[in-house]
Amino acid sequence: MRHDYVLKLLESGERLDGRKLDEFRDIKIEVDTIERAEGSARVKIGKTDIIVGIKMDLGEPFPDVPNQGMLRTGAEFSPIASPEFNPGPPGEDATELARVVDRGIRESECIDLEKLCLKPGEQVWTMFVDIHMMNHDGNLIDVSALAAVAALMRTKMPELEDGKINREKLKEKLPIKHIPITVTVGKISDKFLIDPTKEEEQVLDSKLMVAVMEDGKICAMQKSGDQGLSEEETSRMIDLAIKKSKEIRKLL
Amino acid sequence: MGMKSKEKMIVEGKRLDGRTPDEIREIEMKVGVIPNANGSARVSFGRTTAVAAVYGPRILHPRRLQEPDTAIIRCRYNMAPFSVDERIRPGSSRREKEISKVTRLALEPALFLEKYPETVIDIYIEIIQADGSTRVTGINAASLALADAGAPMRDLVVGLAGGKLDDTIIIDLCGKEDNYSVADIPIAFLPRKNEITLLQMDGQLNPDEVKTIVKNVLNAGKKVYEKQKEALKKKYHK
Amino acid sequence: MTEVRKIVLPGEVLGDSKEKKSGYGTFEEEGGVISKFIGIPKETHDYISVIPLSGVYTPKRQDKVIGFITGVERVGWVVDINSPWLAFLPVSEAVDEFIDLKKTDITRFYDVKDVIYAQVDNVKRGDIKLTMNTPVARKLRDGITVKIAPSKVPRLIGKEGSMINIIKDKTNTVIRVGQNGVVWLSGEGVKKAIKAIKMVDEKSHIIGLTNEITKLLSD
Repeated sequence: MRHDYVLKLLESGERLDGRKLDEFRDIKIEVDTIERAEGSARVKIGKTDIIVGIKMDLGEPFPDVPNQGMLRTGAEFSPIASPEFNPGPPGEDATELARVVDRGIRESECIDLEKLCLKPGEQVWTMFVDIHMMNHDGNLIDVSALAAVAALMRTKMPELEDGKINREKLKEKLPIKHIPITVTVGKISDKFLIDPTKEEEQVLDSKLMVAVMEDGKICAMQKSGDQGLSEEETSRMIDLAIKKSKEIRKLL
Repeated sequence: MGMKSKEKMIVEGKRLDGRTPDEIREIEMKVGVIPNANGSARVSFGRTTAVAAVYGPRILHPRRLQEPDTAIIRCRYNMAPFSVDERIRPGSSRREKEISKVTRLALEPALFLEKYPETVIDIYIEIIQADGSTRVTGINAASLALADAGAPMRDLVVGLAGGKLDDTIIIDLCGKEDNYSVADIPIAFLPRKNEITLLQMDGQLNPDEVKTIVKNVLNAGKKVYEKQKEALKKKYHK
Repeated sequence: MTEVRKIVLPGEVLGDSKEKKSGYGTFEEEGGVISKFIGIPKETHDYISVIPLSGVYTPKRQDKVIGFITGVERVGWVVDINSPWLAFLPVSEAVDEFIDLKKTDITRFYDVKDVIYAQVDNVKRGDIKLTMNTPVARKLRDGITVKIAPSKVPRLIGKEGSMINIIKDKTNTVIRVGQNGVVWLSGEGVKKAIKAIKMVDEKSHIIGLTNEITKLLSD
């Protein structure tokens, strides 16, 4: 069967598409693809294809952070993207995806949220980061996270006229402070790999997602998969993620 | 229909975006944009962009929904949250549910389904960006996706809207025109015999105006049909 | 630009039904023979037909298919044959010896995950029966399967097996092609052979494909 073959290949350090274990597929970043959004980007890594659109709106801040703008990240596994997806509210995986991407943006302090406060305790800007999937061939988190930061970097805030949003006039860019890059490292037997396809994901033992800042600091992590990791493995996976994040960062 | 505009929407025979009344916006069509799907296409009319994917025919679960002598069609029209100015909350609205239904009915007459008993053909339409005429843009994308999927068809399905703005009959309404129009008539048809499979209207028109709009849309739709044919052939002429 | 075969589209009128009959992939309406598919038209003395360029596999009697066992029932096996419907392989069509079904665990013949090369025995609506009672039928072991568009199987095989034989010879690989679009491979040159098969899948409509494949495999 195909799975067994993919597994056998990976265990011997090879991949069906001929890539090295630590090699990304082709990465294409397109920005400003959605004119009607305040910011947008479409990222393709191999056959995985994701659009992120940013909408800005006015809202009331959370009471515990009355002087900060708000970030809301959503993801839908659109049935358009894969034969296994069904219409309906986001499931576990879509929710995890949105939360991991959100965490990378939030914890890196990507956006200076205090600059998005209009009236403390009353009115702040809300950024809606919507992850829209077009085609699923694995590694959704890295692709979504990259599309999210690429879209945020292009986002322009609409002008306020008498307290109302005028979306025809976009001016200032979002106050960007840091850019997190998320790299997922997969593990199978004693091998580590980057950018798994959907087929490869099905045979992985475990995955570690690592969000890395400009200076190599780590700002978010998440382990998934049903097998455990040793301390030594964890540290090697982190090192690999940091190394690969530098390559990705150059593309932005 | 919509709001009343204080200003004129058509000045000296030109529309807001400089088009003449019977002019269609720039059309772009591409077939085979979603590798996972059996068939797919992206269609843009100006700033309105729809992507459609077809999955199937595949076995339908649960069993009680199966038809013993034919495939059934399921259709979902969905707008991306960032497709319009005010973000849309994910999840189907009543509007999206109705459009899903009329879209299915617009496409069904074009399909031979009897060869695929107990199965379903899923048609998913995503409006990535909306600037008027979204349902007919979605129908054009679905028509291409079905042909690309190798579904047996009687004909392609062409979608185009017509309407009345100020005192003028127009074709292919953009978002703003839609808001301020006197009436809006989205139409889908099978071009070989000009068989109409979707016809909706809101607004107020006299019967002659309705007939003129239908005639104009069928006429201008030939151009959309040509674009569909070109896009399908282009997939194999790279 | 590469030279391409003529392509027709759904709804396209291909001829007069008084002169030629409607063959596969076409229908007749108001005196015309009309295409149902995007595909390549074929005209014979009597018929106009269209070979689709895409679409799912629809089983026909006597087709040779490659299937995956997905379930074991009391009297036979459920088989995924890459069509919208699952197929069934009855014990009586798979095993020569007499078996007491009450006492025998039939998984010793075929079990879930096994891959088989079988023949379509009967098709009634969504009800498809397979048989192993044909000389070429067998269990396929230690290989890998890939899928191509079922409509492109004839192109992959080529005239009298010309295309598939080139791929087999140049890659030193054992290959079996199911009419359902599933291809099974085993041997040292599997990766290269898959590359060639994918190329046929993507470029089946161009003229001079055999040369391109030979070139790919000689590199």
